[in-house]
Amino acid sequence: MIPAYASLPERIWYYVFRIGCGLILLFLVIPILVIIPLSFNSDSFLIYPMSGFSLRWYEEFFFSDTWIHALKNSLIVAPFATLLAMVFGTLASIGLTRVDFPGKALVTAILISPMVVPVVIVGVATYLVFAPIGLSGSYLGLILVHAALGVPFVVTTVSATLQGFDYNLVRAAASLGANPLTAFFRVTLPLVAPGVISGGLFAFGISFDEVVVTLFLASPEQTTLPRQMFSGIRENISPAIAAVATILTLFAVLMLLALEWLRGRSERLRSGG
Amino acid sequence: MSANASSATVSGPPNTTALPLKTQLRRAERLKKLKYGALIAPLALFLLLTFLWPIGALLMRSVENPEVPEALPQTLHALAGWDRQALPGDAVFAALVADLTENKGSRTLAVAAKRLNMEEPGFRSLFMNSARKMPLEPGVAPRQALLEMDPQWGELATWQLIARNGRAYTDYFLLAALDMYRDGAGDITQADPLSSIFVDIFARTFWMSLIVTIWCLALGYPVAYLLATQSSRVSNLLMIFVLLPFWTSILVRVAAWIVLLQQGGLINMGLISLGIIDQPLQLVFNRIGVYIAMVHILLPFMILPLYSVMKGISPTYLRAAVSLGCPPFRSYWKVYFPMTVPGVAAGGLLVFIIAMGYYITPALLGSPKEQMASYFVAFYTNETTNWGMAAALSAVLLVATMILYFVYNRLVGSASSGAKPR
Amino acid sequence: MKQKQSTMKCLALAIGMATMGAAHADLTVISFGGTNQKAQVKAFYEPFTRDTKIGIVQGEYNGEQAKIKAMVDAKNVTWDVVEVESPELARGCEEGVYEKLDYSKIGNKKDYLDSAIRECGFGFFVWSTVLAYNADNLKTAPTSWADFWDLKKFPGKRGMRKGAKFTLEFALMADGVKPADVYKVLGSKAGVERAFKKLDQIKPQIQWWEAGAQPPQLLASGDVVMSSAYNGRIAAAQQEGRNLKIVWTGNIYDVEFFALPVGVAQRDAAYKFLATVGKADHQKVYSSEIPYGPTNLKAMAQIPPAVAAELPTAPANAKTAMASNTSFWVEHGEDLEQRFNAWAAR
Repeated sequence: MIPAYASLPERIWYYVFRIGCGLILLFLVIPILVIIPLSFNSDSFLIYPMSGFSLRWYEEFFFSDTWIHALKNSLIVAPFATLLAMVFGTLASIGLTRVDFPGKALVTAILISPMVVPVVIVGVATYLVFAPIGLSGSYLGLILVHAALGVPFVVTTVSATLQGFDYNLVRAAASLGANPLTAFFRVTLPLVAPGVISGGLFAFGISFDEVVVTLFLASPEQTTLPRQMFSGIRENISPAIAAVATILTLFAVLMLLALEWLRGRSERLRSGG
Repeated sequence: MSANASSATVSGPPNTTALPLKTQLRRAERLKKLKYGALIAPLALFLLLTFLWPIGALLMRSVENPEVPEALPQTLHALAGWDRQALPGDAVFAALVADLTENKGSRTLAVAAKRLNMEEPGFRSLFMNSARKMPLEPGVAPRQALLEMDPQWGELATWQLIARNGRAYTDYFLLAALDMYRDGAGDITQADPLSSIFVDIFARTFWMSLIVTIWCLALGYPVAYLLATQSSRVSNLLMIFVLLPFWTSILVRVAAWIVLLQQGGLINMGLISLGIIDQPLQLVFNRIGVYIAMVHILLPFMILPLYSVMKGISPTYLRAAVSLGCPPFRSYWKVYFPMTVPGVAAGGLLVFIIAMGYYITPALLGSPKEQMASYFVAFYTNETTNWGMAAALSAVLLVATMILYFVYNRLVGSASSGAKPR
Repeated sequence: MKQKQSTMKCLALAIGMATMGAAHADLTVISFGGTNQKAQVKAFYEPFTRDTKIGIVQGEYNGEQAKIKAMVDAKNVTWDVVEVESPELARGCEEGVYEKLDYSKIGNKKDYLDSAIRECGFGFFVWSTVLAYNADNLKTAPTSWADFWDLKKFPGKRGMRKGAKFTLEFALMADGVKPADVYKVLGSKAGVERAFKKLDQIKPQIQWWEAGAQPPQLLASGDVVMSSAYNGRIAAAQQEGRNLKIVWTGNIYDVEFFALPVGVAQRDAAYKFLATVGKADHQKVYSSEIPYGPTNLKAMAQIPPAVAAELPTAPANAKTAMASNTSFWVEHGEDLEQRFNAWAAR
């Protein structure tokens, strides 16, 4: 709120600032929103004004072997990669937040490093090492590397959740007669779960959007949705691409809602518990 | 777990109670460390196998040079101790003929010829054509025969090149990644400016990342401030504008920008119909397009750390400064901004580090003049299958990234520990 | 009504998709994608699957040899049949990447163009890189590579393939070198300088493309007024109603090959596939789908004159053409590509 005693320059600044921020926020979302209507265009050009409404590009997506194959691959690779990243990442986060040891900072830095090493390097490196042992051009190879790329996000999110976790609650459970397993499932897990799931969603998002490693590691059989989009964009930006983009945006919205819900839930649990 | 530790002291066997409490505690502490350490182990092992080992192996490739020793063992043996000043003796020629005869038509020879051809075009056919004429007629002198096949065998440089690649390790690729090479005598020399490129490429990678970072900061700072100073209901709503693009596929965003920026795209059409321009502007497949898309993709990475730092700054500081008579802008600059510096550093470094490794966006939205270091790693891997060169470029890029990452860790570590007392 | 139907179809498919099993994949065939691949599907893949009941997994790439080399090194070959260009085939044959072919399993060598029969590769079509332009955007028609370089007479952007191969040849032809002398000139250091100097003249106006599907796009959208392009892709765009035209003067043609990586997993099926590709009937279908010349001499005779006139092999089109020099590119390819890359990135 702008205070009543604000001077004229302050008032001007107040509005300039807000309009500027509004424009920046629009810059962030407009490109994503612009492409959605075009996917319903009846004609094969990605230009406004649209000539009519049609679902033909969605039909093209759902009836094309290539796109469906790619979607299926993404839905095979991402969940497994997420699972691996979640299990390894959560275990390590518990370890990292509960003990101190010399070199802990270094170990943490290494566990987070897949986030900052240029993906091309990861792609080339894993490709050259995985090829001789038969892991390139396989689902397993792709899943392993995608999991490694997702790990830092799980570790950071879960560690952050654990940092705020009050271990007295576990002690309280134990003193009331719960055995460690019961205490874990009845007390620790419900409180930590939102963090773990958020981390998992991050890992899923990373794998689901990954293209560079896939470019190197996957053979046509493992082509994922982003990989297929990459060749699509390179060759021909058709409304079919816009249709895929719309589906992926819808997916992003779902992820966002899920995360918001989780965040709200964990906040409620913490303040209300 | 602490629950375990306490139960051990209560219900442990009697002989342990005989130990002093201090020892017991230390023992429990050690056990706890071991237990939790064991929880980190699976991930450490997993990353070692899927991430660290491949990268290590890639870096090794930047110095490995096995091709020539494998194909020409006898020649290299005969060359041992050669002074590299004058043409080698007949024994070396004979050894080469023996090697060529033995490996004629083999893959080993073709690969070695390819390796030497990288340094000196023409060596592939020199080797392949000479090998094709093996074995020699009995009684023909090897030196004479080779010189007749190709006068290049009579040149000092030819033998210097073979001798230089006689060891299993080389600095050729790493030097080439810095636009340098070893001349005939083995001294390090600057490469021909016409084909030297990599120093420029690394400078470009750095420069483009810097520009993107500055733009992200300029656009991200006010937005983060707005988000941090609104009521949580409003800021949650506005946060959607930041998080939606963050969660949308990068390829979707790249496609969207092409649609918006191309010649017949929305922006050009809009500007033309408003009468601002009459010829469409070139906004994509050049530097502008790459900058716009990169800023768009990386902006959330700037806003989120800034937001979390600003959220922790109490507005009372600013109010206090103003109430003490400091003008608003000045108090903002003197009081508020310094407190956000850790966020600026964290966000800035994060954006910069990620930008340095960018590949997809320049590849799809840029011309050759916009390609950054990653593109050349991919180029040498895929197109010329010169994996030594790809590895050397990766090594340089990785070292630059790791230095920045180290700085980042230092900064973020100190920032979070500095934030704790509050 | 129609919309409703398609909505229903989409919905049904979206639900059905989850339960659908993966199509059983037998033979993996990798080609250059786009309309070329579409034509291959119709002419070769479909009849092959019909006759042999072996399914085909299609893949596409842009000719990068790294993946194939890595697969062969690893003895884990997941690609069975690969489309390769001539210099890559020659190099790969020497370096043990591609298998030496047993022609008794493919067909009678005498039925094919001489240039199609190679030790490690079976040539299955003749393609050409031509000068193409959008007739809607140019008032006067260009007639040669010299016109391509004439920015005054033909203002606007030019499309060229991002790579040294053919780009340097076109530059020399534009600079007045006769097609017959191009490789002799390019073999000398001065000749390479000359080509790059010529390219410098139009460098700011060049929009580089990588995939064969791009030039028709760029021409149709008006992003470029002229472009080097594969003749087949231009013809496909013409069929879609684009007013694109081809200038055959100074086109460079070459044979395109199918090859089997060493250690191919489905050798028998792969040879059956090559035999299918070699049949005159199928090559005829291919040439009418996309105007690339057949390598089967019998197919050549069966093609209707209207289609034949569009092929690189038509006498009128081949008159001023030059053949790509494979051995030149085997020898100088890596060096010149590197040099080109350094030049383009500057």
